[in-house]
Amino acid sequence: METFTQLYNGPYSWLLYVTVMAVGGAIMFVWAAGMAVIWTYGERRIAAFIQSRLGPNRVGPWGILQPIADGIKLLAKEDVRTKVAAKLLYNMAPLLVFIGAFMPFAALPFSERWVVVNMDIGLYYILAFEAVEVIGILMAGFAPGSKWSLYGGMRLAAQMLSYEVPLGLCVMVVIILAGSLNLASIVEWQSHNAWGFKEPWILGWTIFRSPAAFLAFIMFYIGGLASTKRAPFDLPEAESELVAGYHTEYSGMRFAFFFMAEYASMYLICGLAAVIFLGGWYGPIPQPAVPEGVSLVRRWSEFVAAAGGFGSLGGWVWGSLNAWADPLNLRILAHEAIGAFNMVLKAFSLYFIMIWARWTLPRIRIDQVMHLCLKVLLPFSLLCVILALVQVAVF
Amino acid sequence: MNSTLEQPESLRTEELLVNMGPQHPSTHGVLRLLIQTDGELVRQAWPHIGFLHRCFEKIAESVTYRQVVPYTDRLDYLASMNNALAYCLAVEKLAGFEVPERASYLRIIAAELNRIASHLVFFGCYGLDMGAFTPFLYGFRERELILSILEKLSGGRLLYHYPRIGGVARDIDPQIAAEIQNFIKEMRRVWPEYNRLLSENAIFIKRTANVGVITKEAAVAYGLTGPCLRGSGVAYDLRRAHPYSLYERFDFEIPIGQGLKGTLGDCWDRYWVRLLEMLESLKIIEQALAGLPEGQITAKVPPVIKLPEGEVYVGCENPRGELGFYIISDGKPQALRIKVRAPSFSNLSITNAIVRDVLVADVVAIIGSIDIVLGEIDR
Amino acid sequence: MTPAEIHSRLKEKFPSAVGEWQEPKAGDPCILLEPQELHEVCLFLKSEPGLEFDYLKLITGVDRGDKLSSVYHLYSYKHQHALVLRADVERAEPKLPSVADIWPAADWLERECFDMLGIVYQGHPDLRRILLPLDWEGYPLRKDYKQPQSYHGIKNE
Repeated sequence: METFTQLYNGPYSWLLYVTVMAVGGAIMFVWAAGMAVIWTYGERRIAAFIQSRLGPNRVGPWGILQPIADGIKLLAKEDVRTKVAAKLLYNMAPLLVFIGAFMPFAALPFSERWVVVNMDIGLYYILAFEAVEVIGILMAGFAPGSKWSLYGGMRLAAQMLSYEVPLGLCVMVVIILAGSLNLASIVEWQSHNAWGFKEPWILGWTIFRSPAAFLAFIMFYIGGLASTKRAPFDLPEAESELVAGYHTEYSGMRFAFFFMAEYASMYLICGLAAVIFLGGWYGPIPQPAVPEGVSLVRRWSEFVAAAGGFGSLGGWVWGSLNAWADPLNLRILAHEAIGAFNMVLKAFSLYFIMIWARWTLPRIRIDQVMHLCLKVLLPFSLLCVILALVQVAVF
Repeated sequence: MNSTLEQPESLRTEELLVNMGPQHPSTHGVLRLLIQTDGELVRQAWPHIGFLHRCFEKIAESVTYRQVVPYTDRLDYLASMNNALAYCLAVEKLAGFEVPERASYLRIIAAELNRIASHLVFFGCYGLDMGAFTPFLYGFRERELILSILEKLSGGRLLYHYPRIGGVARDIDPQIAAEIQNFIKEMRRVWPEYNRLLSENAIFIKRTANVGVITKEAAVAYGLTGPCLRGSGVAYDLRRAHPYSLYERFDFEIPIGQGLKGTLGDCWDRYWVRLLEMLESLKIIEQALAGLPEGQITAKVPPVIKLPEGEVYVGCENPRGELGFYIISDGKPQALRIKVRAPSFSNLSITNAIVRDVLVADVVAIIGSIDIVLGEIDR
Repeated sequence: MTPAEIHSRLKEKFPSAVGEWQEPKAGDPCILLEPQELHEVCLFLKSEPGLEFDYLKLITGVDRGDKLSSVYHLYSYKHQHALVLRADVERAEPKLPSVADIWPAADWLERECFDMLGIVYQGHPDLRRILLPLDWEGYPLRKDYKQPQSYHGIKNE
């Protein structure tokens, strides 16, 4: 403890800061990349069981080493390049999509303190990075210089951008009800005082607090499916029948970037939905109580406010290393671990439903996709926002 | 190659000509569709065929009548039993051979099993075209049962050489009959699953209803037959109108399109007719197995078949429509001319007329619903 | 109506176009037509009440040695009767009127006969090869067809 506070107040505080942040960021990056790894296997297995067959089961017990085999294959593939029109854009596009998918993980929490940075504008931060992804896709469509990948990229960008609007409006419903953009505060709001209960358990979740929120959750999920180009909204990619999908000109590791970005952004949508609609870490499994006075949520600005409270994953690691045997710390650890487990359980269930939808439903035609967005989701999400406003004003 | 590029008359220079195919995940076989697009909209489409032309008709003029039978298998390779059946019936009609009843029943069982197998391929591939991956695997799971039955019956899984001139190649035994009964039970059990998965799916209906509408008049004028014709409301099935091979003894319905989900004659209607036909085929197989008469499986046919001078045309109801063989004989062991009336050839010719001002995704839906097999189009 | 009855009806209406009735020894009967009047006869067959042949099943091109023929198989959904017509043309100048304006099905069927036998259908909207490449030389289903030695440099060995 003393070491830490001394170090923090000393001349090299910035170094500690940076290290702590880097450790937290690295952990989250591994998790985000791990999503791609786990779910390539998971999707193929689940798809296979839906389709009455087995799926990968040769590489390792039950095929769990399959993603490693896929990774090796992708790395070893020849990097086939076209005579590209714009070299810089061609090289940057996968990176931008990757950044747009991975950066929001910095604000996505597992538990009260298991978050890289608990920003006051966390929700806004996550939604903003979608725009970066869209730019990456536009670049990927334009750069190879083929008419068809340009059409594909533009169509895809149009789809993603259009669905951002209802997505944002549904998130607005939660912001209105919860009164904050800070993800941890939103979860905290869901864990107290609902329906007359001090500890409302599941009834405290946003979706049960308002019919507007329930509708908003469904529309958020649909919008999220469209935003991550998952079936049934994957017409722009599948139209490599006629038009090359935006990433057809990429091979090997560059393609892997797009691929991982897609799986990571799927987890992002599911994780975000779990946090703002389904109670985050305040979940079905009750967490061991933490004694009064120990405040778990620490904000960016209160990074070192109280002894034992570190507002970041890295800080938690550091703090845990320092105060390992303290029973209070272990209790807090259990509280947060179960919270994280709740969170992952919910996010993975939503992820499973995304996969289920992909392998069951046919594709929607592009004009029907836009019709759905502009004529169905948009008016209904506006309606939900109004209902939420009315609810907050009246009740 | 520059020489194979042609300029359709009504080409406007701002619009783009795009090729779909000949290698393509969505065109069923080697079909090249030249599409004139205006952005998202497809103004016109011209099918180009001939990539699978294997000179069947020329070969048939130089081999004997018996030797033509395996070639007929390869016309519509998904409905092989039906092709050989039509050819054998044509030869037998001109020559005057009497096919024993048992052979006719066995031919019907084989043809109807093949019809179900062919429609299952359609079901799976149409789902795949629409982006639903799972129906393909469900359909092929049942098709596997059929293929193993037909393998026991004839030795082949896709191309059988089973109907022969005068009868059939092998007899059925109780084990195969039991397997067929088992299959019928399975098929009846899973057929409602197919509907829950695909037919009643709102997205599938949105993609196929009111798309690619073929009116009754257009269907008749363009020579459409089979489910394409019946999907437009014309209740004409060769098995009912001009029964061949003892079909008149069996009791089955002829499903026709009724515009249940949209306009009469749209893609969904054609799809639905094929699904219903699978059930009807099950009925026919059951009745045939139950009433299988004793007797020979082949008539007495001379070692060298010489047909009398004359010509004959026999048409049969293939899964895709009316498959006909027009045989002109001049008394020699080889035919003077054998012409195949391929259902998919005429079915595909309507493409230019109905693919007007639709989206690209609709082109895929329309071509899929016509259910072509390039083997019989190109011969 | 049987083919014989249809033949007598046609003979009444078009005495010069329709050939004599020949009962075949085996197989289906066939009505022989004069090539120039083919179009009128077909129009009559399609529109005349009582005949109403609305379904063109097949057009076959045949090389009979001395002449080329174009054989038409017709059917009527309403009356459920079938008919076979035939028109013969010379090998040197195989020209026939097209019936594609009567039955749209004839569009592709006539193209195939042109492709395989070289019978030219006058009045056809778009007569070009359908199965073979557009620059193929020769008409394969003719009896005197010689296979080319090579095609665009690909040898025929």
